[in-house]
Amino acid sequence: MRPEDLLIPRREGLYCPPGDFFIDPVRPVDRALITHGHADHARAGHGHVLATPETLDIMAIRYGAGHAAATQAAGLGEDINIKDVRVRFHPAGHVLGSAQIAVEANGLRIVASGDYKPRPDPTCANFEPVACDVFITEATFALPVFRHPDAAGEITRLLNSLRRNPDRAHLVGVYSLGKAQRVIRLIRDAGYTEPLFIHGALQKLCDYYQSQGVELGELRPATVEASAKGDFAGAIVLGPPSAFGDKWARRFPDPLISFASGWMQVRARARQRGVELPLVISDHADWDELAEAISAVAPGEVWVTHGREEALVRWCEMQGIPAKPLHLVGYEDEGD
Amino acid sequence: MLAFTHSRNAKLALLQDYFRTVPDPERGYALAAIARDLDIPAVKPAQLRALISERMDPELFGYAYDYVGDLAETIALAWPERQSRSPGRNDAPGLTEVVETLLASSRAKGPGLVEDWLDRLDAPGRYALLKLVTGGFRMGLSGRLIKQALAGFGEVHVNEIEELWHGLTPPYLELFAWLEGSGEKPVNAAAAPFRPVMLSHAIDEADFEKLDPADFVAEWKWDGIRVQATSERGVHRLYSRTGDDISATFPDLVDRFSFEGALDGELLVARPAGDDIETGSFSDLQQRLNRKTVSARQLRDYPAFLRAYDLLQEGDEDLRGLGFLERRARLETFIATLDPLRFDCSPMLDFATWEQLAELRAAPPAAVIEGVMIKRTAAPYLPGRPKGEWFKWKRDPFLIDAVLMYAQRGHGKRSGFYSDYTFGVWRDSGELVPVGKAYFGFTDEELTEIDKFVRNNTVERFGPVRSVRADPEKGLVFEVAFEGINRSSRHKSGVAMRFPRISRLRWDKPPREADRLETLERMIDTPR
Repeated sequence: MRPEDLLIPRREGLYCPPGDFFIDPVRPVDRALITHGHADHARAGHGHVLATPETLDIMAIRYGAGHAAATQAAGLGEDINIKDVRVRFHPAGHVLGSAQIAVEANGLRIVASGDYKPRPDPTCANFEPVACDVFITEATFALPVFRHPDAAGEITRLLNSLRRNPDRAHLVGVYSLGKAQRVIRLIRDAGYTEPLFIHGALQKLCDYYQSQGVELGELRPATVEASAKGDFAGAIVLGPPSAFGDKWARRFPDPLISFASGWMQVRARARQRGVELPLVISDHADWDELAEAISAVAPGEVWVTHGREEALVRWCEMQGIPAKPLHLVGYEDEGD
Repeated sequence: MLAFTHSRNAKLALLQDYFRTVPDPERGYALAAIARDLDIPAVKPAQLRALISERMDPELFGYAYDYVGDLAETIALAWPERQSRSPGRNDAPGLTEVVETLLASSRAKGPGLVEDWLDRLDAPGRYALLKLVTGGFRMGLSGRLIKQALAGFGEVHVNEIEELWHGLTPPYLELFAWLEGSGEKPVNAAAAPFRPVMLSHAIDEADFEKLDPADFVAEWKWDGIRVQATSERGVHRLYSRTGDDISATFPDLVDRFSFEGALDGELLVARPAGDDIETGSFSDLQQRLNRKTVSARQLRDYPAFLRAYDLLQEGDEDLRGLGFLERRARLETFIATLDPLRFDCSPMLDFATWEQLAELRAAPPAAVIEGVMIKRTAAPYLPGRPKGEWFKWKRDPFLIDAVLMYAQRGHGKRSGFYSDYTFGVWRDSGELVPVGKAYFGFTDEELTEIDKFVRNNTVERFGPVRSVRADPEKGLVFEVAFEGINRSSRHKSGVAMRFPRISRLRWDKPPREADRLETLERMIDTPR
């Protein structure tokens, strides 16, 4: 069996002919295997969804319990047979519930890693390299300029700014799934115990993380009713970055705009978005981590998807690893 | 952070925090770097590209550079670290080591030194190093702001810093000692120091009743650049009014400083016309501003000229304590000895009543006049903006009706509001062409109304910018006030306004009745 007979890109997403299922399809299909809950990977309207219990919970929170006709939970490391194919979910370290999916038939194994992050994250299970013939890797930050610094150091910069600007509300842009909870957890780990204020869009997922044992401390809604305008001075407020340009931001005194994202590595990106305090915190592998992950997995071949494919393909060529871009469409790095 | 914040106060707080926490001489070298007061061997971009191409695949580097767009930043981020992620490394060179080594090195050694340091620094350190050695270490800070940060740090007046600045050299140990209270105020021993300038207040109509015209003289307010020309013991310097040394930009004028003393005046472009001197427009002067090197052609076509207002120092004598009329008499004698193609005196205006002065103000003899200056005859030359001594009475601003075309989101207190506006006027072809940008002149209530209009009439969104509906029947008309208008090849409209601001919202006016581009073109070079 050739790898292309086991998994092949189609318009809907990555398709497995012998198992008749898609991985992270971007439009409704009969049977979908989902790596994680970000909206560009997990969509509503499939006939049957197989995913980790956490990813299923997150999809239900975001789309309602009826997002799929049927769901099935996949435990990490559990063998599941679909027709002639055996699949197994392994932790990807990206967000809570995120998984790589190993697809195996006739002795050939392909690992579709979804989005992943090798460095430890207190809000989800750690990435685990899985030996395989073909490793499908993301390439969101696949340029040698993307080297994410230690996240704790970035949080220290936020707390220093708070000390220096005690009159200004610090508005930290975070995507609602994963980044928000990780940043809150990191702020707590840095010893900050004051209440944190959150935009309504973060509430349900923060509640869910806490129900799964991720301690986030005291979170309050960032509403005017909850707090008179002056009370936000010197407070940390977290919300989706899109809210900061909106009327929502007017309730805060002289807000200082921050954004926690791997894109903040590049100064022009921070400046374009009007970010005053860029925090380089990413839930994806950086350039060195992509290289380390590929080396640890030691696959026979690498397929590269969504992001800067050409640079990672070039790197693989230089290492003597056969590699090609997959050209899947529809993935938008929502998680960073 | 310094490079990203738009807030003046936040910049001041960061700088002062830095001066407080970083020891000598490091803070002094950092100050020199941001104030561009360091003369170190520069490393050329081509040399940096050669360094990185020895360390990484040029194709990979090319992908990265295409994405980032800035050479120093790309190299800083992409430079391969020998042992990746070694937080414990302690051999990173400090700014002091870098600057002192470069100051003591020849130009040829630059790239080798930089390569060694790149290996020892982390990414932010590499970025700072590369910006330092390529001379691009700016971070959006004006000289004035830096001096204000120093003044705030030491709780002294900014004039004192300006006066001292040009006698100081990096790493400014005496300056910091004084500001921290552990040393005496440095004495500016340098020749041709900057003397803080005297500034005026805008006059109100109501002020005239309280002022006796007999106590005052008046002269034109020339629309050039206020400067101070200083020449002592063979040292010639031309300063901006905030004490920045701009001598290098105007060698044609500075070469003619054949005097001992300090003049206050207006920098203009002026050409001989028969026996007379004809002053050029502000657009002419703009050809000469902010240039590091000046071409022979610019020197020929746009000769720099100083129209003197005041004499602060003559030989060894400080004249600043004398009254204006005494200084003026000395000035006239002084200027008579200088090259008439480069220097003259700003003429005094003849008036007995404020009404007569108003008539003169209404009909200035040249386009390069922006009003009149009224000066108390007895006033000494005082630094800063003393009350009741000098007044400016600017001509009324130009006014046009323009149509809002684009709106951009604001920062800080204006977060969440579309507060920066691009407006346009009609071309003959019936299209709007953008002619300027304004972000003040309206009240908070008006801002809320404009913001609502922008949100309800958005046509397209480009990141933080929205284009709004602006056609002959529907759109928002602004009455825009501005101080002057020049030709500009950098703008699509061919014109550039000076100091535009929103003077009124014309909700009542349909966009088709807004002004046309030809109206603006006619305003160029029109004395009024």
